[in-house]
Amino acid sequence: MEIRAELKYSKSHEWVKEDGDVMVIGLTDYAQSELGDLVFVNLPEEGDEVTAGESFSDVESVKAVSDVYSPVTGVVAEVNEDLMDAPESINESPYDAWFIKVSDVSETEELLTAEEYEAFVESEQE
Amino acid sequence: MEKKTPLYDAHVKAGGKIVPFAGYLLPVQYGTGVIKEHMAVRTQAGLFDVSHMGEVLCQGKDAFDNLQMMMTNDFTGMVDGQARYSPMCNENGGTVDDLIVYKRGENDYLIVVNAANKDKDYQWMLDHQFGEVEFTDVSDEYAQLALQGPEAIGILRKMTDESNIPAKNYHAVFGAEVAGIPCIVSRTGYTGEDGVELYLASDKAEEMWDALLANGEEEGLIPCGLGARDTLRMEAAMPLYGHEMNDEVSPLETGLGFAVKLKKDDFIGKAAIEEKGKKIKRVGLQVTGRGIIREEMPVSKDGVSIGQTTSGTHCPFIGKAVGMALVDAESCEVGDKLQVEVRGRSVEVEVIPLPFYKREK
Repeated sequence: MEIRAELKYSKSHEWVKEDGDVMVIGLTDYAQSELGDLVFVNLPEEGDEVTAGESFSDVESVKAVSDVYSPVTGVVAEVNEDLMDAPESINESPYDAWFIKVSDVSETEELLTAEEYEAFVESEQE
Repeated sequence: MEKKTPLYDAHVKAGGKIVPFAGYLLPVQYGTGVIKEHMAVRTQAGLFDVSHMGEVLCQGKDAFDNLQMMMTNDFTGMVDGQARYSPMCNENGGTVDDLIVYKRGENDYLIVVNAANKDKDYQWMLDHQFGEVEFTDVSDEYAQLALQGPEAIGILRKMTDESNIPAKNYHAVFGAEVAGIPCIVSRTGYTGEDGVELYLASDKAEEMWDALLANGEEEGLIPCGLGARDTLRMEAAMPLYGHEMNDEVSPLETGLGFAVKLKKDDFIGKAAIEEKGKKIKRVGLQVTGRGIIREEMPVSKDGVSIGQTTSGTHCPFIGKAVGMALVDAESCEVGDKLQVEVRGRSVEVEVIPLPFYKREK
C-alpha cells in the first residue's frame, strides 16, 4: 500500500493536495484496493458546491457502488473528466487520478498526515 | 459464525479477500481482481472453490417417485451418471430452490442445492417425502471445485484417463480419479463456459486444488472468487436463487419453462403454476445511458412502473453494463427503451435478448 508523505488524508480514504488556493482530491491506494476493479465513476460538474463530510461522487466496481466524500467545503473548479472514460486509472495510479479541484474553500475537516493515515488504516484492518 | 471450507487456508495463502457468503467464509476475489479472473475463465481457465454448495442423497425404492413429485423436471429416461437441472416448487408455484439431480444408479440419486438454501431444502424434502425413501444431507463430506474455461478439459486430460472425463454436458463419471484422488467428475458449471465440477472428500480438497493449479499453470489457470462467479453467471444470464427466483416467483416467470414439465401427472406446485400462468417475465437490460444498474432497482416505461431489477453489474467480457429484471409480462419487448432508477437518478436502458453472452462451440 502506497501512502505519499506530501499528501493529507481523510478518514473516509480520500487524499488531499494543496495546490496554491485550490484543493485537489482523489482516492487513496488503500481505498482503490479495497474497492476492487473500478468500472464507472460519477462526477460533479464545474461550479457545483461540495460540503465537507458529504458525498460528491460515486465509484462503481464490478461488485458494488461506493461514495466518495469531500474533505472540504467549497466550489468545484475543475473536474477530471478523463476518469469517466478510464475509471481503471484510479486502480492503476490512484495518486495521479485526481477527481476534482476545489476552490473558495471555506471549511476543511480534520485531515491526517501520512503517518497518521497509515496508523488509521492499520487500526481499521484489525 | 461462518464455516470455513476445506480450502480456507489455501485461499488466504493465495491472497484471497475473504468475505462471509451463505454461511461460509469464501474469497470474493484474489490479488488479480475480478476482471482478470473473469477474463481468464472466458479465454483460458479459472478454478473456483464451491464447497459451500449442499449435497443431499435420495435413495430407496421410491426415490424416483419422490423426485418426480418434488421437482418440476422429469427424471424419466436418465442413464447412470446423467444430471438434470430442476426447480423445486412450493404449493403456490413459487420456487423453493433450483438444483441438479444426478442419477448414480437405480433409485439412487445425488442432489446438489444452493448453499444459502441447504437447510431449507433438506427440511422441505423431509417434510414432503413419502414411501420408502431416505434423504441424507452429506454436504459436510464433500468439497466441490469448479474448473471452468476453454482450457479446462485440456488441463484435466493431463491429470486423468480420458474415461474419467464425461463426453457430454450434464453427464458425470462417478468413481473417477483425478491426480490419483477419487472424485466425481461432472461436465457442468455456472459460468457459460465448458468445464467440469469435481466432487471429492473434504480432506483431499487442498491436494486437488494444488494439483489443478500446478497442471494448469501453462494454460493460464488462476483461482477465481465469488465476484467473478457472479459476473460470469450474469453475462451468461443464468438465474440465481434469491435474485431471479424466490418463494413467490414461479419458474415459468423466471424463464425456466424448459425444466417445468407440465405434462407430468403431478408435482408439487403444478396446479398453481398452471393457474398463475406468466404474470411477470425475466428480461435482459443493457444500459444505454451512463451508469451501472444493480439489483432491486425500480424499472419503468414511459413513467409507468413495470417491475424491478433482480441483478445487475458491469460484465467484463462483453464490456457492457447489463442487468436482469422481472417485469409485467405484457409490458415490454426486445428493443424497447426503459428507465431504471439508480439511487434517485433515472438511467436509460434497452431490453435486449438473453443471454448476454453465449460461447461459440
